[in-house]
Amino acid sequence: MTGHSAVQAGHFGTAPGVRALASGTVGDPAVNIAIFAFFVIVTLVIVVTAAGTNKSTSDYYAGGRNFTGWQNGIAIGGDYLSAASFLGIAGLIALYGYDGFLYSIGFLVGWLLVLLLVAAPLRNTGRYTTADVFDLRLRNTKVRAAAALATLIISLFYLLAQMAGAGSLVSLLLGVSGTAGQAIVVAVVGAAMLSYVLIGGMKGTTWVQIIKAAILGIGTVIITLWVMARSGFNFSGLLARAAGASPAGKAVLGPGLLYGGSTTAHFNFISLSLALVLGTAGLPHLIMRLYTVPNAREARRSVVWTIWLVGIFYVCTLVLGFGAMWLVGGKTILAAPGKGDSAVPLLAYKLGGTLLMGGVAAVAFATILAVVAGLTITASASFAHDVYAGVFRRGEADPRAEVRVARLTAVVIGIIAVIGGIVARNVDVAFLVSLAFAVAASANLPTILYSLFWKRFTARGALWSIYGGLIISVGLIIFSPVISGSPGGSSPSLITDPHINFAFFPLENPGIVAIPLAFFLGWLGSVTDREQSDHARFARIQVRALTGVGAERSSRG
Amino acid sequence: MSVTQSARSASGRVSAYEVVHASREFQSLRRHFGEFVVPVTVLFLGWYFLYVLCAAFAPGFMSTRLFGEVNVGLCLGLSQFVVTFVVTAWYLRWGRRKFDSQSERLRGRLEEGRTR
Repeated sequence: MTGHSAVQAGHFGTAPGVRALASGTVGDPAVNIAIFAFFVIVTLVIVVTAAGTNKSTSDYYAGGRNFTGWQNGIAIGGDYLSAASFLGIAGLIALYGYDGFLYSIGFLVGWLLVLLLVAAPLRNTGRYTTADVFDLRLRNTKVRAAAALATLIISLFYLLAQMAGAGSLVSLLLGVSGTAGQAIVVAVVGAAMLSYVLIGGMKGTTWVQIIKAAILGIGTVIITLWVMARSGFNFSGLLARAAGASPAGKAVLGPGLLYGGSTTAHFNFISLSLALVLGTAGLPHLIMRLYTVPNAREARRSVVWTIWLVGIFYVCTLVLGFGAMWLVGGKTILAAPGKGDSAVPLLAYKLGGTLLMGGVAAVAFATILAVVAGLTITASASFAHDVYAGVFRRGEADPRAEVRVARLTAVVIGIIAVIGGIVARNVDVAFLVSLAFAVAASANLPTILYSLFWKRFTARGALWSIYGGLIISVGLIIFSPVISGSPGGSSPSLITDPHINFAFFPLENPGIVAIPLAFFLGWLGSVTDREQSDHARFARIQVRALTGVGAERSSRG
Repeated sequence: MSVTQSARSASGRVSAYEVVHASREFQSLRRHFGEFVVPVTVLFLGWYFLYVLCAAFAPGFMSTRLFGEVNVGLCLGLSQFVVTFVVTAWYLRWGRRKFDSQSERLRGRLEEGRTR
């Protein structure tokens, strides 16, 4: 990450005194563990209770489609406000000021696309996954397989980001610093998550999301009000104090610290902004939540609830970020394990001591746990429903066998997540999530929009767009400074050896290239297709999308 | 429901959905949807990218102080929140007043036709 490292070197340098302080733990690990354990036990009890009525595939994948709009809206918020939002964005603002705010804005504005173009039409035309929608339009096994692959890859990217957050949190909050100790804690997180998914299915997972969203919201509002109270409820005064505490001074209040200075940095910023705003509408774990409500009207209502919740939350990130810049300071944050991701926990410690820190630790772990559960259930449903039942069994799988496959897949994904969390520490979480958004916007969004709204779209166009979007976005990430070691040497990329340099693509986010190309490929593949688009299928998906005829009903009937 | 234009699938047969799709009622529903969704999407995405481009290429302008330490950039950023909330409310109102009743009427008729 060239932008990050440049700023780090320029403004902060190393702080040996602080490092000694922060490499130990802050707060009382016993308190943190106790509060977190309490959350896990309470949610597990609820999951077990909620799971009592789980029987069919619709129960496992869609919670019986019986959730109301506001319940599901809060659960979507719980799914969406991941560690990237709670820890990542506030950390970026704390370190780089204004430029970190882009994440908040992009993550929010993207929801309008979901509300206007995607929510109701997808609820009306699908059963559990995006592949169902593509299947209604194109009826093609290859497209189903491609869509399932896209879902798996996007979810794994997102999962990796969450588990990376868990890994870095562990050392800060629980006082576990050895590799073996951290691995054990990450494994415990993975096991708790798996029990939600395996016992509770979508219904149990949804309740975990609702509880988590509630405590995340309350925690965020408390700290925000606390920071505001410390600055006399004067926002301008807070900004002045934050700028005063930063070595960069007033520059933190304007753009450019993270994404300024060079043309590459500017394009990094634009590329990121595209991925953020277009990615939300292509995220499989959010789309799958649309199927947990009885109809399109409730799906729309869910999204409205989500927008309010998420919007208020992201306004708070601004106060959290600048509050941490003022009260904790960039040097301390950078010296702490997990760097920017530790800004909010450290801020909480500064404000309310051990107890508030414990609360924040619990919120952060609950967040990761719940989001990882949501991602796991999505990925496992996609594999069982699309690949196993749709492709291998040609749509004629025994529902019980399908759920069994889903559960087995969930276990495999849980293991991958735990390994990923142990390997990918030290990469900042908001940034990793932005890559998942870029892949979602490239591999998923074009086919969703074309399937619903474009008359001439064909299966060939879908395949070109999905595989093209996947290969281009993932390929560009692999050959970017994010993975490759960089000549500068200090960049926190995956490969730290500066001599291994294969960064052919200069930008950290592939969005600006991959998203337009994926749209273009979908168009090109369709218009050059000798086989014409099936007009009857286009008519059917449009009539169903806009009127809701033939949509899947809730299991209560 | 009247077929206002000939709708033929690749196979040459006309399906029931194609008949509905070509009907005046459905085309009007589709037009209402497009007339709201397309301009509003262009509007909010345009406002968003205006903010992005300003932040990338006009940092001086964005750092202009308006009151206290609050500058143009922060106000433009916070205006994105306002736009999001306003569009959400606007969309709900549009659904309630224009789209939903028309869509439900059509669905009711289609479901009636199915069971008959």
